Amino acid sequence: MRRFSAFAIAREAVRHHMGWERHWRSPAPKKKYDVIIVGAGGHGLATAWHLGKHYGITNVAVIEKGWLGGGNTGRNTTIIRSNYLQDPSAAIYEKSRSLYETMSQDLNYNVMFSPRGVIMLAQTHHEVRGYQRTAHANALQGVKTEWIGPQRVKELCPIMNIEGPRYPVLGGLWQARGGTARHDAVAWGYARACSDMGMDIIQQCEVTGVRTEAGRVVGVDTTKGPIDCDKLGMVVAGHASHLADMAGFRLPIESVALQALVSEPIKPCMDIVVMANTVHGYLSQSDKGEMVIGGGTDGFNNYTQRGSFHHIEETVRALNETFPILSRLKMLRQWGGIVDVTGDRSPILSKTPVEGVFVNCGWGTGGFKAIPGSGFAMAELMAKGQSPLTDEFSMFRFREGKFIDESVAAGVAH
Amino acid sequence: MLILECPYCGVHAEETELSPGGEAHLKRFGPGSSEDEFEGYLFVRENPKGVHFERWRHAYGCGKWFHAARCTTTLEVFGTYPAQTTEPPKDIKDKISAKRPGWRWRDFA
Repeated sequence: MRRFSAFAIAREAVRHHMGWERHWRSPAPKKKYDVIIVGAGGHGLATAWHLGKHYGITNVAVIEKGWLGGGNTGRNTTIIRSNYLQDPSAAIYEKSRSLYETMSQDLNYNVMFSPRGVIMLAQTHHEVRGYQRTAHANALQGVKTEWIGPQRVKELCPIMNIEGPRYPVLGGLWQARGGTARHDAVAWGYARACSDMGMDIIQQCEVTGVRTEAGRVVGVDTTKGPIDCDKLGMVVAGHASHLADMAGFRLPIESVALQALVSEPIKPCMDIVVMANTVHGYLSQSDKGEMVIGGGTDGFNNYTQRGSFHHIEETVRALNETFPILSRLKMLRQWGGIVDVTGDRSPILSKTPVEGVFVNCGWGTGGFKAIPGSGFAMAELMAKGQSPLTDEFSMFRFREGKFIDESVAAGVAH
Repeated sequence: MLILECPYCGVHAEETELSPGGEAHLKRFGPGSSEDEFEGYLFVRENPKGVHFERWRHAYGCGKWFHAARCTTTLEVFGTYPAQTTEPPKDIKDKISAKRPGWRWRDFA
């Protein structure tokens, strides 16, 4: 792999940019790998990368049904934060946020991490109490957040109307080191680094079955033929239940569509990320100038990746009061992704009833921010069979009643 | 936008007039049940890519609960039927079989 650097840019500039190489190889699958990861999204690629970096496991294949980073990794609103209420969540999300800080250097790939600050608006008294509680919890967890009043909110985000009649801004939970990153670059950067370690990334290869012998995984059947493995990681978000079904176990997961939209590009007017859970919308401005708006989920199971008009209407209607300048903007594009939601709105990183099969799913509406931390923890779990970051996120916690209840802390915008 | 016919009042109601209620035909477990049964009843859910049965409420209409048979990949609706039953009626199952031969959902086929 030729490294990216200022020198490389200068070198290519004088030879008409003919020396850039493909970021990753596209090999045919081998007969057998030590580890197969199903799903070449952010979480799957991050898992593979951490397996190679920390545990020296590089005989790894990452199998992808569609194209790399084409699922939720390429469909989210790229928000990164770690202001969660419960200790296990704060631990893994804060680990993740801290890994984002050095990701561009670690991968030698510019993921454009922008710690511009994230504010979660409190627009009801219930939210005021909830976020103040979260701020206290974060102080104990070592996550730097603070509760701020409406005037400070206005200073941070002047385009906001804090005196709306229906949804006045009563304050907010401010995390200055939260922000955004370029979502595609995260997937591409990991893929490039994985490929450089000798891992095979196999796109357009759908897993059609999981082969087991005496309760242990021995391989997968795919549209490119059977591939053997010692360990199997399922990191497929919305399709987790579908894949678990092939391996013969069930998950406490339901898949729903979550949608987002962007406006036409306008001049810079907002340099932070705002999440407004009461009105079910979250908002940031991309480097191109588009306002990136995330909406709510559909209430019913589906795999359609498209969302619905009445949710768009709900989202923009509610945001209009708090952000009056949005009312004159044209919306450019709208899209949906299929998110995997658990009963307690927390993820599952776990061993499964099938020996050698590990599952990483249930990130629901907030998986992007967790990509590096999830990969770090999942790699430790797969390599060592145990990880302090994943202990609480077992798929068996529901049976034991040990929930990690983030539905109050996170609401719909996760 | 999803449009379902309410089997009680006959209204073809669109999504905003209805409230989704999750998986249909759940078997409820009470005191004395095993942990497996409780976990299955409370948390583990059918999440099929294809034919699905679910509960809906005609919330901004007659207010009654009913069941719908629907495809989760195409949003095609196979039919709706009243909630006072423990399994889908035969005509709905036949309709699904005609369009999705070989379908299975829990113990129904």
